[in-house]
Amino acid sequence: MKQVLEGSMAIADGVRMAEPHVISAYPITPQTHIVEHLSQMVADGDLKSEFIMVESEHSAASTVLGASACGVRTYTATASQGLLYMEEVVYNIAGMRLPVVMTVANRAVSAPINIWNDMQDAMAIRDTGAIMLVAENNQEAYDMHIQAFKIAENQDVMLPVIVNVDGFVLTHTFEVVETIDDIEKVRQYLPPLNMEYKLDVENPYSFGTLGEPSVYMESRYNLYNAMNFSRNVIIDAAREFKDMFGRFYGGLTDSYKMDDAQTVIVAMGSVLGTIKDAVDELRESGKKIGVLKVRSFRPFPEDEIVSALKNVKNVIVLEKAICPGKGGILSVEIRDSLFKHKINSVSVNGYTLGLGGRDITPKNIYDLVIRAEKEENVDGEFVGLSQQYL
Amino acid sequence: MLTKEETHNELFTMGHTGCSGCAQSMSVKLIMEILGKNTIATSATGCLEVFSTRWPESSWKIPWIHSLFENSAAVASGVEAALKAMGKKEGITVLAQGGDGGTADIGLQALSGMFERNHDVLYICYDNGAYMNTGYQRSGLTPFDAYTTTSPSGKESFGNQRPKKYMPEIAMAHRIPYTAVASAGYPMDLQKKVKKAKSIMGAKYLQVDVPCVPGWKYEPKYSVKLAQLAVQTGLYPLFEAEYDKIISVKKISRKVPVEEYLKLQGRFKHLFKDEAGRAEIEKIQKIADENIERFGLI
Repeated sequence: MKQVLEGSMAIADGVRMAEPHVISAYPITPQTHIVEHLSQMVADGDLKSEFIMVESEHSAASTVLGASACGVRTYTATASQGLLYMEEVVYNIAGMRLPVVMTVANRAVSAPINIWNDMQDAMAIRDTGAIMLVAENNQEAYDMHIQAFKIAENQDVMLPVIVNVDGFVLTHTFEVVETIDDIEKVRQYLPPLNMEYKLDVENPYSFGTLGEPSVYMESRYNLYNAMNFSRNVIIDAAREFKDMFGRFYGGLTDSYKMDDAQTVIVAMGSVLGTIKDAVDELRESGKKIGVLKVRSFRPFPEDEIVSALKNVKNVIVLEKAICPGKGGILSVEIRDSLFKHKINSVSVNGYTLGLGGRDITPKNIYDLVIRAEKEENVDGEFVGLSQQYL
Repeated sequence: MLTKEETHNELFTMGHTGCSGCAQSMSVKLIMEILGKNTIATSATGCLEVFSTRWPESSWKIPWIHSLFENSAAVASGVEAALKAMGKKEGITVLAQGGDGGTADIGLQALSGMFERNHDVLYICYDNGAYMNTGYQRSGLTPFDAYTTTSPSGKESFGNQRPKKYMPEIAMAHRIPYTAVASAGYPMDLQKKVKKAKSIMGAKYLQVDVPCVPGWKYEPKYSVKLAQLAVQTGLYPLFEAEYDKIISVKKISRKVPVEEYLKLQGRFKHLFKDEAGRAEIEKIQKIADENIERFGLI
């Protein structure tokens, strides 16, 4: 059914379709309407779930950790400071190989305090061992949440999945979303969670034990391997979703007008909409330009990126995050991927924009395309600064 | 007295690496005898977790999970919620455990949340009065004038300068159905309180005084004696409360001067050097006397 839904509502509805047994969240630091909608669904009897409003994001993540270890499907959502506050728990969930799914409404990190959108929060937790997917619009966010549970719960993955959606830009914006009417079809796509190891009085296991130097590295290696393996699982989950529900957004990456592109803009999240519009315009004026969308940030789609970019001249990476002391994050990883494959004919230019909710306009993109033609392998270049505040 | 059928031996098994004379491991064994195999336990980071679960070994024959330092109560909240969601809560006890630091300092927020939401969880704080696992650093439950590595005694100090936080009363302030204080020195009393806690729905708090050989610096043979002396001096009042009302106290049979308790422990030896130290012992005696008065221990 096609509905006009706020992003938060679309996400809540996607989560509802996955029927999590336990949902836990903290309402503030900061939160979105997602958990409000979910709590209403539980109150109305539309979702049979234990909904626990806890006293902090740390406890929200800890509560779903405990519930997940009992073998039930779990969900939480957060953003910004809240995500940073729960970071050690995210590491812990991943280390214990628990298939928790969470939404991160990407927002800037303090100071200065700023509640608006960028991706710095996600970048701060990129090494936790959580799979990190990024949705471009509300429809993809809805679909991606259903896929996320399937990916997390794959027996050879068993890792938390974080679905990143741009705070405000998606979470507080209304778009047309086609929801799935038949929950039985979702149940078929997403069978009940079946965990081999769980907290069960009939078959007791110890979780979170002390891993001494003789075993700790092997534990991390297993996690690292599972993350690598999840590449196939993410692609399969997207393909199977397409077969059953008709919608597809690419596997780890997606391409737009890439066939003869000499210049390619790479980005993640909602900014891709603006970029695609700008690229349409630039194509009209004869520019051979395309777009590469990164849909999975962790695991990093190295092979897809190399294969998409190896024959182009110029790559423009638009990033809503910065690594002080180095530069870009996505741009550096893309350059490293090409370098590893001995491709040195491509100039990768990384630009930082849209921090703390600053709009990224089509004009920004036109200007960058011209600018990038003259630059070679720049990184962390801030775009659109006001001189008066420097 | 417990009948044989009521005990479930060997749910916390031997082979762990707890210190000789460890009152915490002794208490866990006593507690598990009462709670039985239909128990799911969480542990905060700390001695218990470290000495009982060196992978691939584990002393726990019940499902057990350790996550982090400060979230034992939150993890237990999730366990309880999952059991409810599966319709399996009936007949299963959810036990959350932590040391005094993991409970009263870094874990207090998560614990308060668990209390306030009244999860059907029994939270047990094993109180040895400092961060013993990491080398005897001061916690909010370190007693007045105790030497720790972060509240050392010296020319300008007699050790920890703050009294012990009244954690059980913080629990009671949440109006949870049951709060109790027990001691490794009184196993029957401890087991009786665990049994009662097990029978009550909702959030329960049990704090157990567990002397620590390396942290308190005494001979291992004194673990039980010291736990008993803590009670008999009035320094560690044992009581039970329902909601905000104290319903029973363990009376002191023979009041013992605090000096008898302090002198056996290296963490208080700086109080026995001179007159100034004697004055400090008087202050500790005052704490004990106030407890006796306030809880009606005699």
